[in-house]
Amino acid sequence: MKQAKTARRIKKSREDKIFDGIVYTIIIILMIIVLYPLYFVVIASISDPNAVNLGEVMFWPKGLSLEGYETLLQNEELWIGYRNTVLYTVCGVGTCLLVNIPAGFALSRKNIYGGKLIRAYYMIPMFFGGGLIPTYINIRNFGLYDTIWVMFVPFAVSIYYIIVSRTYFRTSIPEELWDSAQIDGAGTLGYFFKIVLPLAKPIIAVIALWFAVQQWNSYFGALIYLHDKELQPLQLFIRRILIQNQTASSMLSGTAAAEARRLSELIKYTTIIVGSLPVMCLYPFVQKYFNKGIMVGSLKG
Amino acid sequence: MAKQKKGKGVLKKLNKNKEIYLLLLPSFVLLLLFIYIPMYGVVMAFQDYNYVDGFFKSPWVGFQWFIEFFESWRFWRLLRNTLVLSLYSIALGFPIPIILALICNQMREGRFKKYFQTVMSLPHFISTVVLCGMVILFLSPSSGIFSALAGLFGAELPNLMGSTKAFPTIYVVSGLWQNAGWDSILYIAALSSVDPTLYEAATMDGASKFQKLLHIDIPMLVPTMSIQFILRMGSILGVGFEKVYLLQNNLNRPTSEVISTYVYQLGILGGQQSQAAAIGLFNTVVSLALVLTVNKISDRMTGNALM
Repeated sequence: MKQAKTARRIKKSREDKIFDGIVYTIIIILMIIVLYPLYFVVIASISDPNAVNLGEVMFWPKGLSLEGYETLLQNEELWIGYRNTVLYTVCGVGTCLLVNIPAGFALSRKNIYGGKLIRAYYMIPMFFGGGLIPTYINIRNFGLYDTIWVMFVPFAVSIYYIIVSRTYFRTSIPEELWDSAQIDGAGTLGYFFKIVLPLAKPIIAVIALWFAVQQWNSYFGALIYLHDKELQPLQLFIRRILIQNQTASSMLSGTAAAEARRLSELIKYTTIIVGSLPVMCLYPFVQKYFNKGIMVGSLKG
Repeated sequence: MAKQKKGKGVLKKLNKNKEIYLLLLPSFVLLLLFIYIPMYGVVMAFQDYNYVDGFFKSPWVGFQWFIEFFESWRFWRLLRNTLVLSLYSIALGFPIPIILALICNQMREGRFKKYFQTVMSLPHFISTVVLCGMVILFLSPSSGIFSALAGLFGAELPNLMGSTKAFPTIYVVSGLWQNAGWDSILYIAALSSVDPTLYEAATMDGASKFQKLLHIDIPMLVPTMSIQFILRMGSILGVGFEKVYLLQNNLNRPTSEVISTYVYQLGILGGQQSQAAAIGLFNTVVSLALVLTVNKISDRMTGNALM
């Protein structure tokens, strides 16, 4: 193998060298395009507020200052948002696994009485739905509007995760295990909990991580169903600061309006950092799980 | 007698699978309560819905809301904006991940390649709110980094967030920045499963790298491409509410108002629920028809279909 590689390298033609040159140039440019905005947010968040307002920060931080972080971290709403997001993410992952993994396993079994009907029942929501308004009215009718439950119970079923786990159970868990479990006198439930679940740890990890990131980053459900600020997650707090520009009025009570305006741009950058840090730090370490998940999910089943 | 026996058979079969049904129960109930009941709720699109009478007793109005919607000036604006945003997204968002994967596949295996993939998919994990916040911050005419960079070259940027012409490009390009790298992972995986002897044979025949890319890599991606394309077409009218809604403002609304944001505005903020439900239903039905059509065409042309 190694020999083959060196042989190929010797044979590299002029044309191929130019080709390689172009490829690596494009790669470097792409990395700059992706990384520069992220880098810029970091340096802007630790720069002097006046320099940020005037657009003077470009390639390195200007006049180091932690004023933005100090002001932001004193804000109570940030911590309420964080607390709620952590709660919704933890409970959300719990219900998501509890609901979808058993369903994926059940649908992976063959020769189930009524199997065709059941499969249709789970497939239809992928193609048709009531839409936003009937769904919203339904949630109100159940009395779930403005309660924490709406964030992790009603929409815990994900057809996509069910299919991913079903594919995993079909392809990675040998049918012989079921035969031997039966000989040992285990029923379906015993087989599922004692034998299948321990073997399914990789897929459980993938789904849990995927769902956690999705839940952490989402704002749509909360925008529609949570009106009470005490219940709103972090993303709605970030929205108030970044999109609705509420920094000046809500956060800096008592200070002069000019002072508030002076810090408002800076606080936006620090909010981005504080809001994204957990996911960003985690991602490089769990990347392989995510990639694996994409592969399982892309298999047609 | 025979009938009775058959009935017993059903019970027996049901009983045999009861543990399977038990595992399905939680998801079954949640789907019923929160997905299937709202599906019945679409009847409100044909009613003059009010809270007191509910889905069952509200007075019927037939197709009134649909006709009103189709005849209003808003209909064409919403349809145009929705189609422009989604077709523009597909025109760039479909081929660019493929090109990225082809480029990535040219790199020698090793740490740098892995690092490159990590970097390219990093923005996918930024939340929509933060992404839109960054776009608005960066494009600010007074303090944004884009106007500062333009200033280096002596140019001056207009207020892009307030421009109706710039909105589709802002939407699409920020989407590419966030998702192109992530979307390419699927294609990179498809390329990594190509039989290496194909490349070796091509090298023996004197093929250049570019020729190998054209004649081996691209044909290998066709099945993955077709499936992804069908999925994309299905979401033509489903232009993501989340991002459009956050980037929308009063100045750019003539090109940024799409069907989903209008449904939200009209039904939830405006309280005209039946009208909004009718528009939502129109959206769902057209999307469904599109998926089925594209699926059929793809099946005929390439033999790759979703269903």
